[in-house]
Amino acid sequence: MNKGLAIGNNKVNLLPFSGWMVVFVLVPIALVVYYAFTDVDGFTLENLKWVGTYGKTLWLSVVLAFYATAICLLLAYPIAYSMSRASARVQRNATLIIMLPMWMNFLVRTYAWMTLLEDTGLINSALRAIFGMDFPGLRLINNHGAIVLGMVYNYLPYMILPIYTSMTKIGTSLIEAARDLGANGAQVLGRVILPLSVPGIISGITMVFIPSISTFIISKILGGGKDYLIGDLIEDYFLGNSGVVNYNIGAALSLTIMVMILAATFIMNHFDKDASTSGGGVI
Amino acid sequence: MENNKYLIELKNISVSFDGEKILENLNLSIKDGEFVTFLGPSGCGKTTTLRIIAGFLQPDEGEVLFENKDMRGVPSHKRQVNTIFQRYALFPHLTVAENIAFGLKIKKMKKPDIKKKVQEMLALVNLKGFENRMIDSLSGGQQQRVAIARALAVDPKVLLLDEPLGALDLKLRKDMQVELKKIQQSLGITFIYVTHDQEEALSMSDTIVVMDAGKIQQIGSPTDIYNEPVNAFVADFIGESNIVDGVMHADNVVEFSGHVFDCLDKGFGKDEAVDVVVRPEDVDVVPKEKGMLTGTVTAVTFKGVHYEIIVDIGGFLWMIQSTDIQHVGDEIGLEIEPDAIHIMKKSKYSGTFGDFSSYSEEFDELSDVNAGVSREDDGDE
Repeated sequence: MNKGLAIGNNKVNLLPFSGWMVVFVLVPIALVVYYAFTDVDGFTLENLKWVGTYGKTLWLSVVLAFYATAICLLLAYPIAYSMSRASARVQRNATLIIMLPMWMNFLVRTYAWMTLLEDTGLINSALRAIFGMDFPGLRLINNHGAIVLGMVYNYLPYMILPIYTSMTKIGTSLIEAARDLGANGAQVLGRVILPLSVPGIISGITMVFIPSISTFIISKILGGGKDYLIGDLIEDYFLGNSGVVNYNIGAALSLTIMVMILAATFIMNHFDKDASTSGGGVI
Repeated sequence: MENNKYLIELKNISVSFDGEKILENLNLSIKDGEFVTFLGPSGCGKTTTLRIIAGFLQPDEGEVLFENKDMRGVPSHKRQVNTIFQRYALFPHLTVAENIAFGLKIKKMKKPDIKKKVQEMLALVNLKGFENRMIDSLSGGQQQRVAIARALAVDPKVLLLDEPLGALDLKLRKDMQVELKKIQQSLGITFIYVTHDQEEALSMSDTIVVMDAGKIQQIGSPTDIYNEPVNAFVADFIGESNIVDGVMHADNVVEFSGHVFDCLDKGFGKDEAVDVVVRPEDVDVVPKEKGMLTGTVTAVTFKGVHYEIIVDIGGFLWMIQSTDIQHVGDEIGLEIEPDAIHIMKKSKYSGTFGDFSSYSEEFDELSDVNAGVSREDDGDE
C-alpha cells in the first residue's frame, strides 16, 4: 500500500482534473458521437453516408493542411536551430518576436493578409505603380496558395516553438562530442541534432496539422469561399449558413476529422518511440 | 616516436573573453605517453587550455603544435585528440554500443570491424553485456565508462579529460582513478586531465601543472609539487599547510614565529623576507619546555589515522597532525626538523591565506556546483 506523503488520497487529488475532463472532453465527444449516429428517428448510418459525398472536400483539406505543415516544417527547422544556438538574450528576443503576432486577434491577422493580397490590395497596387501596368495573370488571393499562405502564417509559431524547445535541450557538449569524434557539420546535424529534435518535430507537425485541417476562417477569407474545406462544411451545418441546419451531419463530419487526426497521431508517435522520456511531445 | 620529443606544445597562448584575460602567455610542452594534470581552482583557465588543445577554442595569440605541426585552423574533428566531457555528453538517442561506434561509423569502418572494436572497448571498461542498454538506464559510473570507451574507440593519440570524475561519489571516484590510470598505462597514450581535486592530481599524474588566474604557477612531478612548492599559492592549494612569514638570516638559517630554525634551503639574500611552509604531518609534539615553539591547543578532531590538532602560536593558528591525542586548552611544545621546513620566495600570494590552510572549504563548494542539476555544463570557466 502506498502511504506516502501525499495529502489525502489520489482519487481526491485527481477530482478537479477528472471533473474537467468529464465536463469538457468526455461529454462533448459523447455528444458528437451521439449526433453522428442518430437522426430524428434514432440510430442511423445515413450521416456517415453524407460524409462520403464530401470526399473531394475532405481530400482538399488534407492536401492543403499537408502543404501548410510541410512548408512550416521547412521554414521552422532552420529558424529553430539558429535560435537554439544563439545567445540567451537573442533567444529571448526571438521568442518574443515569434509570439508577438499571436497576441493579435486571429481574424485581424487574416484580414490583414486579405488587404495585402486582393486584386486592389497593397501588393498589386504597388506593382501597378512601379511597372505602370496591370498583371491580370497574377492572382494572389482566392486560390489554394493563399489559403496555404494563411495557414503557414498563422501556425508557423506552433512549429517553431516545440522544435526550438527540443533543440535547446541538446547540450552544446553533445555537439562538441560529435565533432570531437570526427563528425563534420552535416554529420552532426544528421546523426545528433535531427534525431534528438524528433519529439519537437512531432509536436510541431501535430500542432500545425490539426488546426490547418479543421480551419474554416482562413479558407473563407483568403480562399474567397469558393474552396470549401471540411471546417467550412461543419460550420455551415451547425450554423445554417447555407440554409440547412443539421447537427447530425456536422457531427459526422467532426467525427471524421477526429478519426483522421487520431490516425495521423498514431502514425507519427510510431516515429517518436520515446517522446515521453525526451520531452517535447504533446500527444 | 622518441620519448624525448614533445607531442604537444603550447607557445605563448593568450585568451580573453569580453576583455577579461583567461589565459596569459601560457607555455607548456607535453611528452608522448605522459599523464599530465591541469590542477587549479575554478576559473584558473584549466578547462580553457583543454578546449584549446581539443580545437573547440582558438587562442587570441600563440600557437598550438601537435607533433611539430601548427594546429591553427585545424577543426576539432580533424585532430587526433578526443575528449571526455564533464557530463560525459553521451548521445541519449543511441545505445551503449551505438555510442561507442559513433566515431567508427564516421570513419567509415567496416561493420564487422566496428563490432569487434566495440566489444574490445566494452571489455576495456568492464561493461561487457551492456551493448544494447540505453544511456539513461546507466548509473553515473557506467556512463563515465561508456564515455571513455567511446573516446578511446577512435584510437586517439591524446585523451583529454575534463573533470571526468566530478559527478561521481567519493568511493566510485577513487575506483575510477585507479582504473583510468591503469587504462592509460596499458594503452600508453597521453592523458591530459583537468581537475580541481589535488588528491586526484597527486595520485594519478606523471606531471602536474598547477594553474591560477590564467597562469601556470608550477610544473612538476607530484612529489616536487608537494615537497617543493614554488609559492604560497601552490603550497596552499596542494595538501594542507602552515604558511608563515619568515626571515632568512643566512643560508640554512631561518627565523619565524619568534624562533630561529635550521633548514636546508639556501640562496636567499641576507635577511630576505620569505614564506615558510611546514606541512602538518611534519611537526612533532613535545612537552612544552622542550618545544622550539609553544602554543595552546584550540581544537582537536579525530581523523582516523591521526588527530588533527589546531594550535594557537602567538595568534597564528597552526594545523598539526599527530597520532597522540592532545586536549583543548593544553599548552604544548612543537619541534620542527630542518628537512620539514620549505622556504619560498615572496610572491603576490604571500600573506593571502591567513592561518593554516586546508583545501577542504573550496573543494566542498566546488563539489556542490558539480552536484547541481544542469546537464548542459559547458565548463566552469
